[in-house]
Amino acid sequence: MTVRTLAIAIAASALLAWPALAESHGGKVKVGMITTLSGGGAGLGIDVRDGFLLALKQSGNDAVEVVVEDDQRKPDIAVQLADEMVQSENVDVLTGIIWSNLAMAVVPSVTAQGKVYLSPNAGPSALAGKGCHENYFNVAWQNDNLHEAAGAYANDAGYKKSFILAPNYPAGKDALTGYKRYFKGDLAGEVYTKLGQTDYAAEIAQIRASDADSVFFFLPGGMGISFLKQYSGSGVDLPVVGPAFSFDQGILQAVGEAALGVKNSSQWSKDIDNPANKQFVEAFQAEYGRLPSLYASQGYDTANLLLSAIEKADVKDTDAFLAALKAADFDSVRGKFSFGPNNHPVQDIYVREVIKEGDVFTNKIIATALSNHSDAYAADCKM
Amino acid sequence: MPPMLLFEQALNGFQFGVMLFLMAAGLTLVFGVMGLINLAHGSLYMIGAFFAAYVAGLTGSFILALGASLAAAAAAGAIIEVTVLRRLYDRDHLDQVLATFALILILSEGTRWVFGSFPLYLDLPDYLDGVAVLPGGLEYPIYRLVIIAIGLIMAGGLFLLIARTRLGIQIRAGENDREMIAALGVDITRLYTIVFAIGAALAGLAGALVGSIQSVQVGMGEPVLILAFVVIVIGGIGSIKGAMIGAILVGMTDTLGRFLLPIAMSSVMDASQAASVGSALASMSIYILMAVVLAIRPTGLYGNR
Repeated sequence: MTVRTLAIAIAASALLAWPALAESHGGKVKVGMITTLSGGGAGLGIDVRDGFLLALKQSGNDAVEVVVEDDQRKPDIAVQLADEMVQSENVDVLTGIIWSNLAMAVVPSVTAQGKVYLSPNAGPSALAGKGCHENYFNVAWQNDNLHEAAGAYANDAGYKKSFILAPNYPAGKDALTGYKRYFKGDLAGEVYTKLGQTDYAAEIAQIRASDADSVFFFLPGGMGISFLKQYSGSGVDLPVVGPAFSFDQGILQAVGEAALGVKNSSQWSKDIDNPANKQFVEAFQAEYGRLPSLYASQGYDTANLLLSAIEKADVKDTDAFLAALKAADFDSVRGKFSFGPNNHPVQDIYVREVIKEGDVFTNKIIATALSNHSDAYAADCKM
Repeated sequence: MPPMLLFEQALNGFQFGVMLFLMAAGLTLVFGVMGLINLAHGSLYMIGAFFAAYVAGLTGSFILALGASLAAAAAAGAIIEVTVLRRLYDRDHLDQVLATFALILILSEGTRWVFGSFPLYLDLPDYLDGVAVLPGGLEYPIYRLVIIAIGLIMAGGLFLLIARTRLGIQIRAGENDREMIAALGVDITRLYTIVFAIGAALAGLAGALVGSIQSVQVGMGEPVLILAFVVIVIGGIGSIKGAMIGAILVGMTDTLGRFLLPIAMSSVMDASQAASVGSALASMSIYILMAVVLAIRPTGLYGNR
């Protein structure tokens, strides 16, 4: 027993000594990117990474070093990677996480350890309200935002009774809460599906049997493809509205005709008219040979935010660096962009319609759903 | 609750069960005959779906795409059996799990390498897209009826193959005593490759059938693989009949659970909370079913070992 205690003590002290041993990298900023590069959600992570790296490449700034790791969409692996990046890679800034359940597992611990976290996607409500942190910045949206915009659009479109569904995980709950916050009509049904579910026959049957006049769904990635294909073949022809995630450039081609004409809410679209966006869409296509998605735009903005802060302040000077981040002094591809008091975006959210350009399915903006929109949790945030 | 809705949900559950059977049949055959735990079965499902999408993209023919899925998965199965799995029959189950898990990673990343990370497009032909009106006025997607029909035909074919043909006799004999049938002059190595290829082809077909109404993407096989394992544990390992009954039970439990549990919960709490709690319970339902079956019959419904 004593030998074991001794061994543990030695191991523990070795761990304590470790950060002191780690090499300091003078002048350089080291970024740890943990994102989903394999498995079903890989398309999202790859787009964030590619957008991020494109911005770095364009800046020509070689003081930024990026370590990219794949979390396989598994919270335990994300936590391991974050520990590794904080303790042995000694990164200054972390970014990259796509999924809210992974963000919840990683973000509070890395910000508590004094690292800066820039979220290019996940924006769980828990991190926007009471759990906010001065080291945590969300460059995409608070999870509820696009759904709130969808709810606002549903009112404008005159829908009175919606059937709503989302997967049973933090972002899914935020989605339905967000929609309900702005939608003034009644609900014909509210359903939570399993995360990763691919067969929606049971849910579609419920929609058919309900007296809904519209359907709102939040099913990111492959789940959305499955749902839309099955929905379009089911003979139910209620109008569908949803956030951009299921109508994104990466998956629209797989959904095909089933998505045509569907209205979806997004903070970004490739036809937003500003020089930064035009340049981004062209450069992304030239670099990777495909149209950028909203995830790519978020990765791109995240990198540009980081670069703008590095220009202004040394990453080691925490207060100055955080202030530089908070100023959000960069040309966002979304146009107007600033941070609210809880370090979450204040921005316009648009309604897009799925159209076909030649052979390619894509989106075009038809209206602005919410202007200068912040989030419902900012008031709970005490930094 | 309207009875038509309940009937439609039961039909959905049945269709899901039939699809699970196509997956579970191969898994249980391979386990029963060769004693091999094959985690890479989900990858064969994925390969079927990807080749179907590829061939459909090239030729525009859905029938050819289904054929391609059968052929590609069978070929992939045979190659895997000959190159890797053959060496594992005499090894411990843990070694098999390890090796076939490695195969999942290799096949997933290989598929990503060839086809890319973004989901592929596999669309239904016009003659299968749309709804049929069933007796009682229920509108039901034609394609789901087709899945049920194909699944039942495959199940029937498999029963006949096992029960009535020479190959079936050899398979059953191999299940009972592999040394003895080798001694009787049956080429056991060839037999194993054939059994494995049949199982793989069924998984590939399931992948292609389901891929048309879901997304064809890397990693699509693993969630189904877990369900298929639940099915063969419930049905009894090695039993095709058990796989059929188990698959229908799992399909029904899952679909009806997803539908009925939130409704049941809403009588004791408010709608939003009921939706969340009911859905959480529903995702446990099949595992609870499995636990109950195992508590009553530890070898599964039709298992004998």
